[in-house]
Amino acid sequence: MNIPGKGIVTGMAQTAKNFIGSYVSKERMTTVQYPEERVPAQEAARNFPFLVFDEDPEAGLRCVACKICEKECPPQCIYIVMKRDENAKPSKQPETFDIDVSVCMSCQICVEVCPFEAIKMDTEFEYGEFDRFGGLLLGKDRLAKSNQYYHKIHPTEAAEVDARLDEERQAKAAAEKAKAAKLAALAQKSKDADKIVANGKAEKK
Amino acid sequence: MERLDQIFVTLKAWAVGQVPEPFQVIASIVLSIAPIMLVFPGIFALTTVAERKLLGRIQNRLGPNRVGPFGFLQWAADGLKTITKEDIVPRNADKVVHFLAPVVLLVSALLAYSVIPFGRNMYAIEIDAGILFFFAVGAGTELAVFMAGWSSRNKYALLGAMRAIAQMISYEMPLLLAALAVVMATGSLNPNEIVAAQEGGRGWGEIVPNWFVFTPWGFAGCILFLIAAAAESNRSPFDLPEAESEIIAGYFVEYSGMKFATFFLAEYLGLFVISSLCVVLFLGGWHAPFPFFWCAWVPSWAWFIGKLACIVLLYIWMRGTLPRLRIDQLMNFAWKFMLPMALINLVVVAVWTYTRPWNYFGAELVRWLLCVGLLLAPYLLLGRNLLRNRKWGPRTYRYAS
Repeated sequence: MNIPGKGIVTGMAQTAKNFIGSYVSKERMTTVQYPEERVPAQEAARNFPFLVFDEDPEAGLRCVACKICEKECPPQCIYIVMKRDENAKPSKQPETFDIDVSVCMSCQICVEVCPFEAIKMDTEFEYGEFDRFGGLLLGKDRLAKSNQYYHKIHPTEAAEVDARLDEERQAKAAAEKAKAAKLAALAQKSKDADKIVANGKAEKK
Repeated sequence: MERLDQIFVTLKAWAVGQVPEPFQVIASIVLSIAPIMLVFPGIFALTTVAERKLLGRIQNRLGPNRVGPFGFLQWAADGLKTITKEDIVPRNADKVVHFLAPVVLLVSALLAYSVIPFGRNMYAIEIDAGILFFFAVGAGTELAVFMAGWSSRNKYALLGAMRAIAQMISYEMPLLLAALAVVMATGSLNPNEIVAAQEGGRGWGEIVPNWFVFTPWGFAGCILFLIAAAAESNRSPFDLPEAESEIIAGYFVEYSGMKFATFFLAEYLGLFVISSLCVVLFLGGWHAPFPFFWCAWVPSWAWFIGKLACIVLLYIWMRGTLPRLRIDQLMNFAWKFMLPMALINLVVVAVWTYTRPWNYFGAELVRWLLCVGLLLAPYLLLGRNLLRNRKWGPRTYRYAS
């Protein structure tokens, strides 16, 4: 039966239940007290990029300063200078790698274009600084984070990346081995030829 | 106990006695007004926090809990914020009216307090037509709201003011008629006499207080009054004039800083005073609910504040539950339900008063059944008429195409 006012009473009872329930059960609460409590970050969470290093935070950086990400970055917040030795010979290392996170729009294009799996997305989001220009310009030292950290925040993705890198490394090693074997065979061949020549010379004498 | 009950009255008499003779009248007036102007804004400050906390709990959140113990100093932070904010007046606004609107609203809200008895012998002025004075002064809020909406020179403000006027005038009628029921029953417009008429109790051991809410017409009148009062003070679900999701903030969209805070304060003061009137009319004013000895220990003003707090909490609960009405629903509800119900309620009061001398066995039961039936039948009929399923077709635009 359609009793007028029934809906209002039902609604009021529902909110009263919510009110009392919020004191009784903690599961009802939809919010957490942020600075003290935190919701663990989702595995797919991402906001700003960081640089992955393997062992040493300086020399172990996977980045080779190829500047592809710098060129692809839509808001152009990446700035890279390649390291050069005293003879101005370029080495495969970044001298400077800056990301202005106040400009970064978290598009992940840098991650997608990187052929060396060197730049990945972080889950860190608390970049509050008193200096809004210098403080939010992250240098190489603040961007470099270990592969273990990468495994911690994005376990599935990191495992895939590691597998891919291993495969590449193995393929490279195999290729090198094959090349070495070829070289060795060539060397053997030339040695044999030398021998023949030498033998021939000796016979002439 | 007697002393605690009358502590404010004696304190005032003592303080008035301290000043020289020619200034005693002024001192008495000031000492009647000052407590009202201090206590109720204080209650307002606490209510803002309590409201936010309660609404939070209703939505399974915690509400403000950072400033002070359990967040109960939030009002101080908010107050400081509004005071230090810039006061912006639109270039095309009517500056004088724009300035006066919050003042008029606050003054009309405060004036209404003067006739409310907050405790035994605790009232600012005694007027024989106190209820009439209350509603006459309360009409000033409509003026203030329209002043605010018109002088802002903003379409949203004007829309809000139009809605406010339509709503307030529509609900003024059921509000007055609901109050009129009490006036009919007591034969007096004096709030003190209305409170005095609700003294004592009936039933076994006088356990049921003689409050008007415990009579059929009083119960209906109380609910009608509470609903109309919510609409009068623009409380949710009747907050169309300031509907922030439709017309931003309605008539005070162009107000900022302290003027906005004044509007906010006046709105809550209006809510408190109309709830106070509901306590006076239907909930027995400052009378204790039970004749038990401990009830007499609690001072009368504490009972009054307690009842007031209950009504304010009810309003907060309603705000946390009910969604905002559409304007046609609002008008239908006022004219097709509230007004006929209030008029029928007057008939029920007449029946109730007429049947009072009945003195045969079971007369009380017959009386109750008669009055409840007289109210329930139109309630069901009118309510179902409102809820009748209408056909919802695609919207047709008559002028814009």
